[in-house]
Amino acid sequence: MLQQWKPDPTFYPSPKMAIDAPIEELAYVAAPRDDGSPDTMCVVDLNKNSDTYSQIVNAQEFGVGDELHHFNWSACSASLCPYAPHPYIERRYLVVPALRSSNIYVLDVKPDPRAPQLVKTLDVNEVESRSGYTRPHTVHCGPEGIYVSALASAGSEEGPGGIFLMDHYNFNILGQWEVERGPQVLSYDFWWHLGYDVAVTSEWGYPAMIENGLSLEDLVERKFGHKIHIWDIRHRKNIQTLDLGEDYQMALELRPAHDPTKAYGFLNAVLNMNDLSSSIWTWYKDGDDWGIKKIIDIPAQAPENPDDLPPVLKDIGMIPPLVTDHILSLDDKFLYVSCWGTGEMLQYDVSDPFNPKHTGTLKIGGITKSHPHPATGPVSGGPQMVELSRDGKRLYFTNSLYIALDNQFYPNGANGWMVKADVNVEDGGLELDPDFFVDFGESRAHQIRLQGGDSSSDSYCYP
Amino acid sequence: MDTVSWLSYTLLGVFHGINPGMGWLFAVALGMQEKRRSAVIGALFPMALGHAISIAVVVFVIALAQQQLPEDVLRIACATVLLGFGVYKFFRARHPKWVGMRVNFKDLTIWSFLMASAHGAGLMLAPLLLRMPTAKASAHMHHAPASMADNATILLSAVGVHTLSFFLVTGIVAVIVYEVVGLALLRKAWFNMDLLWSIGLMIAGVVTFLLPHLH
Repeated sequence: MLQQWKPDPTFYPSPKMAIDAPIEELAYVAAPRDDGSPDTMCVVDLNKNSDTYSQIVNAQEFGVGDELHHFNWSACSASLCPYAPHPYIERRYLVVPALRSSNIYVLDVKPDPRAPQLVKTLDVNEVESRSGYTRPHTVHCGPEGIYVSALASAGSEEGPGGIFLMDHYNFNILGQWEVERGPQVLSYDFWWHLGYDVAVTSEWGYPAMIENGLSLEDLVERKFGHKIHIWDIRHRKNIQTLDLGEDYQMALELRPAHDPTKAYGFLNAVLNMNDLSSSIWTWYKDGDDWGIKKIIDIPAQAPENPDDLPPVLKDIGMIPPLVTDHILSLDDKFLYVSCWGTGEMLQYDVSDPFNPKHTGTLKIGGITKSHPHPATGPVSGGPQMVELSRDGKRLYFTNSLYIALDNQFYPNGANGWMVKADVNVEDGGLELDPDFFVDFGESRAHQIRLQGGDSSSDSYCYP
Repeated sequence: MDTVSWLSYTLLGVFHGINPGMGWLFAVALGMQEKRRSAVIGALFPMALGHAISIAVVVFVIALAQQQLPEDVLRIACATVLLGFGVYKFFRARHPKWVGMRVNFKDLTIWSFLMASAHGAGLMLAPLLLRMPTAKASAHMHHAPASMADNATILLSAVGVHTLSFFLVTGIVAVIVYEVVGLALLRKAWFNMDLLWSIGLMIAGVVTFLLPHLH
């Protein structure tokens, strides 16, 4: 492989510079299926001037029952990190783990960005035997290679989950990342503060607790994750565990400040078992230690007609907001919070990470609510996986959480869709683009990646 | 040593100094993380030390080999290693692995030593070292035998001159990027120093091979 002479133009040293990146023209969207057809990776046209704007222009098929979930680029702006710079690697491969089957696929988008090619498949046996883990989830391109988190140990499926490394040239799995795990057992998301040599990991549950629908018994017994772990990434060692308290079940998505000189970030806790509220927390560096503090409570809502509630919520009689994803703009100013249960996308100004200001609300879907989209009328599902353009002006989101959970909370059908909201980046506020509604039909629609990078794809080593 | 040698050691220091992977980029990043210029300057000293140690190791290994091996054998061995390493680096994009921004003096010294060693910075000086008259060679030529001590002094001076020029260039580039040019340089003006570096290694290999014809 002959090397490039110039750094990949989609790499930016700092988040500030990435904000000026050109407008994205394509999105890659993971589309799992529940009907016996193969999962697909869909390519959506985002170019307003194109004839196929807001349409799926390609759907690459994978295995049946893979459950494509989260995925990411094999290389990103972290390649510019100063201690081992290698900016001549290209952002051309998508690393796509299948959360249920544990296969990992590598797609090459360079020959034709609108029709990615499958160039490598690591099957479940290879993934499990080489990494020691099963159910691969989050992918981040790090300064030294590709990091992938996984829910549990291979084999037992109840041993600790964790992170494994992949080589970013040949995609071989290099093995378990952790050297000293400490009290960490459950695993879900991870990200880092590269300026502080610190990684953060979060907790969901073991495969058995989610793969047949959310286990209510496990919820009542407070068995889901409610902690985050702070790691020294140089020594791959757990240095501190922060506990939200066991009443907060499912501590999921981690959104650290993009500016590497800032040592704080945001976490969502899906359910407070006392009142079914969701919450957003800020973790922060406090001298030599780290702390965590709840900054937003989002309450459950009463349904207009309790008879419309799905069986799982009938006895409870309330609609939990089920905040299951959120995204932070590259200037660390706006946090967008997906309320999958109540059908709302909330925007907060988090310039002061401890005093968020609610600046916008957008309604679409929701349990029993089915708030309409201007292009199509009432929709099922609610705002879930959310992605933001690098300039912070275009917010894209989809409506599927995880097939088994979709079926539980939206039993009348959860046909996939993807929408776009235009954002007022000066004063806050957001509204749906009436011309942008992507209908995935029977497919579900999960994570979105934007061509060239987005607000959760890259890590930066310079402020 | 002659003027050509001193000049060459200095110019190779410049070449090593402008490579972002050898130090100036890390110094800039540390300054930006700490938000003070003194962090840029402070990083330069351990970087120079680590670089000097890496160079010195190669210099003294070659000097020892000169005592033990026939001149042609050593020369061809060095040329082969340089050419092979250069070709390898040209076709195979690999980079040293290091993760960590929170570095103290010791960490930075080790980092710089590792980067210089992994890039073959010292090896690149091989043709210069091999064209120096050695104690053994001088004795053979019936000149006044240069003592081991004299030889060591010359070698140390070579390392010193090279490192000083590396230190100054790394420092000047780091401060200019930190104070004036900014990070935009990384997107606009940065080109693949690793490729240029691998070509440098190959040139050094060819020069080493042709040494007898260059005198």
